[in-house]
Amino acid sequence: MIRQFGWGEFLFLLEGARWTVVLTLLAFTFGGALGLGVALGRTSKWRLLRILMATYIQIFQGTPLLVQLFFVYFGLPLLGLKVDVWVALTIGLSLHTSAFLGEIWRGSIQAVPGGQSEAARALGIGYVHRMVDVVLPQAFRIGLPATISFLVNLIKGTALAALLGLTELTRSGQLMANITFQPLQVYGAVALVYFFICLPLTFSSARIERRLNADR
Amino acid sequence: MNYSFDFAPVFAAWPMLLEGVIGTLRMSSLSMVFGLSLGIVFMLMRMSKSNALRAMAIGYIELIRNTPILVQVFFVFFGMPAIGIRLSGEQAAILAMTLNCAAYAAEIVRGGVQSIRPGQIEAGRALGLHTADIYRFVVFRPAIRAVYPALCSQFILMMLNSSLVSSVSAEELTYFAQTLDSQTFRSFEIYLTLGVIYLVLSQFFSAALGVIGRVYFSYPTK
Repeated sequence: MIRQFGWGEFLFLLEGARWTVVLTLLAFTFGGALGLGVALGRTSKWRLLRILMATYIQIFQGTPLLVQLFFVYFGLPLLGLKVDVWVALTIGLSLHTSAFLGEIWRGSIQAVPGGQSEAARALGIGYVHRMVDVVLPQAFRIGLPATISFLVNLIKGTALAALLGLTELTRSGQLMANITFQPLQVYGAVALVYFFICLPLTFSSARIERRLNADR
Repeated sequence: MNYSFDFAPVFAAWPMLLEGVIGTLRMSSLSMVFGLSLGIVFMLMRMSKSNALRAMAIGYIELIRNTPILVQVFFVFFGMPAIGIRLSGEQAAILAMTLNCAAYAAEIVRGGVQSIRPGQIEAGRALGLHTADIYRFVVFRPAIRAVYPALCSQFILMMLNSSLVSSVSAEELTYFAQTLDSQTFRSFEIYLTLGVIYLVLSQFFSAALGVIGRVYFSYPTK
């Protein structure tokens, strides 16, 4: 007997959506921490570090996320690490995130008026406190809308985990479509779940951007 | 790390990879052209006076922009046959990428059109230009020129995203790489090479789009 796509099947999709959220949070946390390093390196006074970080960003922005994930997935065993799809995806997505957030935050750091940094230096404040207490809080405000937009992209990007076999939202959809033979309804439902996860973020990003522009 | 790299089987399969590159170029260029055209239609709907048209356009644009392209590809390829539309992998890929690109292009071009001052259109009318000519020369060309860099990044992003359509067996670069992987088991070498090819492709696209932009938009502004 063929199963119909009903409420129970929809709950199965939501079960998968939980892993989409977990994967997104993991990648955003690790990628964000690494991305801050990339952004600071990209805006540092050492030329070599700047070039290095620019190349790092260029590599991630110039190749498909899918290829990056495959690369990490097949590259990890070479380093002697056991391949676990969760580990590979977390590392792959975190590296991807770090490059994109690094580039966004570089822009925000550079958008902070230079006088702020100069004033801090004139007061004899060292690099760490200049960044942590003066530049970064202001850069955070400027970079917030773009960061949230990227978070939406990251949530959508985790759908690729389905192609590596992790049962998140999209993969749950694939499985359900195979069981119920109702791909139209199933993928429609999957799209709606993504939509309702992403839409509030998209709206808040637009609202924050409008408010920042109004301040000017 | 005791792994002996062997790129020989990857390089030996260059005709396959070349075919993949051509497939990627074909599908992404077609989707770019169709996507931009459809995007302009959605943009016009989005800016129209009719509430219904505007609501439809906003609904479409937000729906596409807030769902993963992979799900859109699956929806077109696996879902549409249920309503009698059966497409090959490549057709489904081009359709899905076009629909995806249209939503982003609509928003980008709208930004450009909003940057055109009404005085420009009035000036065009005063010069006796036809409505069609006003749209073409006074509105669209300067509008697209104003947002051309954003449009180009969107196109390059879509070329990179075309790697996903390998999952519905559309014959592009990643599809052939996966085929090669299952024949030679040289996964790491293959995906490294694949990354390099995509990097070159995105540089190529960025240069080509730059040249097109310079040829098409080379007229004095002031």
